[in-house]
Amino acid sequence: MKTVGKDRPPLLTIRDLRIEGKSTNGWTRLVDGVDLDLARGEVLGLIGESGAGKSTLGLAAMGFTRDGCRITSGSIGFDGIDLARCGEHVRRDFRGKRIAYVAQSAAASFNPAHKLIDQHCEAPVVKKVMPRAKAEAEAVELYRKMRLPQPEGIGFRYPHQVSGGQLQRAMTAMAMACKPDLIIFDEPTTALDVTTQIEVLASIRDIVEQFGTAAIYISHDLAVVAQMADRIMVLKNGRTVETAETRTMLSAPQEEYTKSLWAVRSLERPRQERGTGARPVMSLKNVDAGYGAAKVLEDVSFDIHCGQTVAVVGESGSGKSTAARVISGILKPSRGEVLFEGRKLPADYLSRSREDLRHVQMIYQMPDTALNPRQSIRDIIGRPVEFYLGLKGREKEQRIRALLEQIELDPAIYMDRRPTELSGGQKQRIGIARALAAEPKFIICDEVTSALDQLVAAGILALLARVQKERDLALMFITHDLATVKAVADEVVVMQHGRVVETGAVETVFANPAHAYTTHLLQSVPEMDPDWLTRRTMSNRAVPA
Amino acid sequence: MTRFFQTLKTAPYTAWFGMAVILLVAIIAILAPVIAPYGETAVVGEQYEPWSSQFLLGTDNLGRDMFSRLIYGTRNTVGLALLTTAIAFTVGSLLGIVAAVVGGMTDRLLSRIIDVIMAIPSLILALMLLTIVGASIASMVLVIALIYVAPVFRLARASAQSVVVMDYIQAARLRGEGLGWLVVREVLPNIASTLVAEFGLRFCFVFLFIAALSFLGLGIQPPTADWGSMLKENATLISFGDITPLLPAAAIAVLTVSINFVVDWMLHRSSGLKD
Repeated sequence: MKTVGKDRPPLLTIRDLRIEGKSTNGWTRLVDGVDLDLARGEVLGLIGESGAGKSTLGLAAMGFTRDGCRITSGSIGFDGIDLARCGEHVRRDFRGKRIAYVAQSAAASFNPAHKLIDQHCEAPVVKKVMPRAKAEAEAVELYRKMRLPQPEGIGFRYPHQVSGGQLQRAMTAMAMACKPDLIIFDEPTTALDVTTQIEVLASIRDIVEQFGTAAIYISHDLAVVAQMADRIMVLKNGRTVETAETRTMLSAPQEEYTKSLWAVRSLERPRQERGTGARPVMSLKNVDAGYGAAKVLEDVSFDIHCGQTVAVVGESGSGKSTAARVISGILKPSRGEVLFEGRKLPADYLSRSREDLRHVQMIYQMPDTALNPRQSIRDIIGRPVEFYLGLKGREKEQRIRALLEQIELDPAIYMDRRPTELSGGQKQRIGIARALAAEPKFIICDEVTSALDQLVAAGILALLARVQKERDLALMFITHDLATVKAVADEVVVMQHGRVVETGAVETVFANPAHAYTTHLLQSVPEMDPDWLTRRTMSNRAVPA
Repeated sequence: MTRFFQTLKTAPYTAWFGMAVILLVAIIAILAPVIAPYGETAVVGEQYEPWSSQFLLGTDNLGRDMFSRLIYGTRNTVGLALLTTAIAFTVGSLLGIVAAVVGGMTDRLLSRIIDVIMAIPSLILALMLLTIVGASIASMVLVIALIYVAPVFRLARASAQSVVVMDYIQAARLRGEGLGWLVVREVLPNIASTLVAEFGLRFCFVFLFIAALSFLGLGIQPPTADWGSMLKENATLISFGDITPLLPAAAIAVLTVSINFVVDWMLHRSSGLKD
């Protein structure tokens, strides 16, 4: 961790910046009078929930606003030039050369039609920083510094031929191509698995330190920002909540809002003991399944008991969601069976009875695509009530009201709205209500909080815990976020490459992991300690995995 | 309803023009017997009389009033085009969505049948089928509807395919919903705006197609007034430098352009673009 000297010359000075975005009824403030100072070589972390103006502010540091946005007042001083007022050609010259940008989704930011190295060399050659041959040589050197495999050859691959984590590192290398003074990282690791995230974080931090580049690191995950930044700035609704040195911020946050960013981590739920001898609500027995020739699940077995939450964890591609698809009957297993209350369920959902379908409900990861945008909330929740329970007219209406009250949304306000008029968290609540409307015994929660902000996610998890208790539900909780597992689950199933590597009570597995992969997974979860990444990378290098 | 009027307020002037013309045409078609000074097929004067206060747009090759026939023509041409397009859309979009929702063999079978229809040039197919079944209004409507089922099917299938992968469709399937519910309640509302926009566009094509068939003598049969056949019947006048026979053509053009103005605006709105 670098120490921040007061003597370092300032690079970026943003004063009283206001940015507005066009909405259906006029202009909305996105950034509302933010001051920001960044010295040369300093890393500033920007944190806040979605809609806080983090990305807008990050882009504004390049003198850029998205379509339909405008800078209304304030100044963006970059090395003595006001980017808010200078001509477009000045800004364009700066971008890529002196200020670079690393986007959240590298897969969406690389042009799939060109090789990595061609895209890497474009900026230095076009900006006349260096000739093509030198740019290529430096690219290889940067790939090596970013610890990409085969640094000489990887540049000649197309974006789809490298993994997500490698692509994100290649993008950081590309941002470094012209040795910029400032890099803006916009949630560069949010889309990655924890185990991949740690590698990307370490290489980003190393390269930023080596070149002495100043950086703005945008994230919603305080633990990640803590590893990267010298200073942290908390944003909410386009205003600064507080700014402090990383260590000060972590040990003594001043504002209530900052403290709430810990929300999920502080969530507690009384553990449910499994009744011995009780028949599990849902069990998988020796299930093999795959898509075509590719085998995704191999010999997967686990049980979920009444009133219990079983978390299924593992990185992407480990078969978590496939297991859920087998249980729900979308994917037929090639071997093994799905038992509901000890009775074998037909492999295909089409041959299951309405009663069987009713008892296995799902809550989806993306609330945006889980609700039909053309139906009102009344229709969405009312349909399962009518379909499964046969309620009509007044009875149905009352049931919908009761369900909305249960998920803490006012029926008078929300009953006739459409999903597009709700926030992400509210949509997810409707998704829960739709599952509850069927009065099931078992619900699959597929990454239900990963698209949501910490505070909203905490609310959703608390709601789930409450309804579970009220209705004695069995929950299967698919997640890659181990902090969530600690908060909500009774038992945990760890999956890797389509196999179950470890199962057990959460406390036991977390405190005393029996399998090396579980240990690795647990150690990859960022902690609220600025030295965590340093410690992790040190021990990784000492004991090669 | 208030939402509908608010949407109208945002319409650009081209869309306003289009809507005004469509409304006017609709009124003329409905009130044709009231507005027209003479009967549809009544011979009221000499052959090819010039424009006068008695015959606003002169008379045609048999001495019938052009103005009256133009008004009745609205009814026939536009009405039939509307009917034909409606049939093509009902059949085409339902089949298209079914193909997307069910998939597998059903999808393959339906798609190949549609491919066969599309493989034959539409005018030739229409002429052939009409020669086989005989030229009557009913057969013409059905033949043109069959031809236009093909593009509607393809559009509906393609748009429905991007909807059926959504989680809410999976949720409905897992709930145990039947095909009817999936097609009509879950998928159709989500592709309705695309289909409505396409409806306007296809309506113009069908309209021109009927006019073309009438011009060739296989569409609406005389003495029924129809813009296409009116053009054919009075084509002789063009060589005398009289623009009268072009008036039905102008009516076709103005209506087509108007519908497209409205369709453009609707497409723009459904694509979610601002400005």
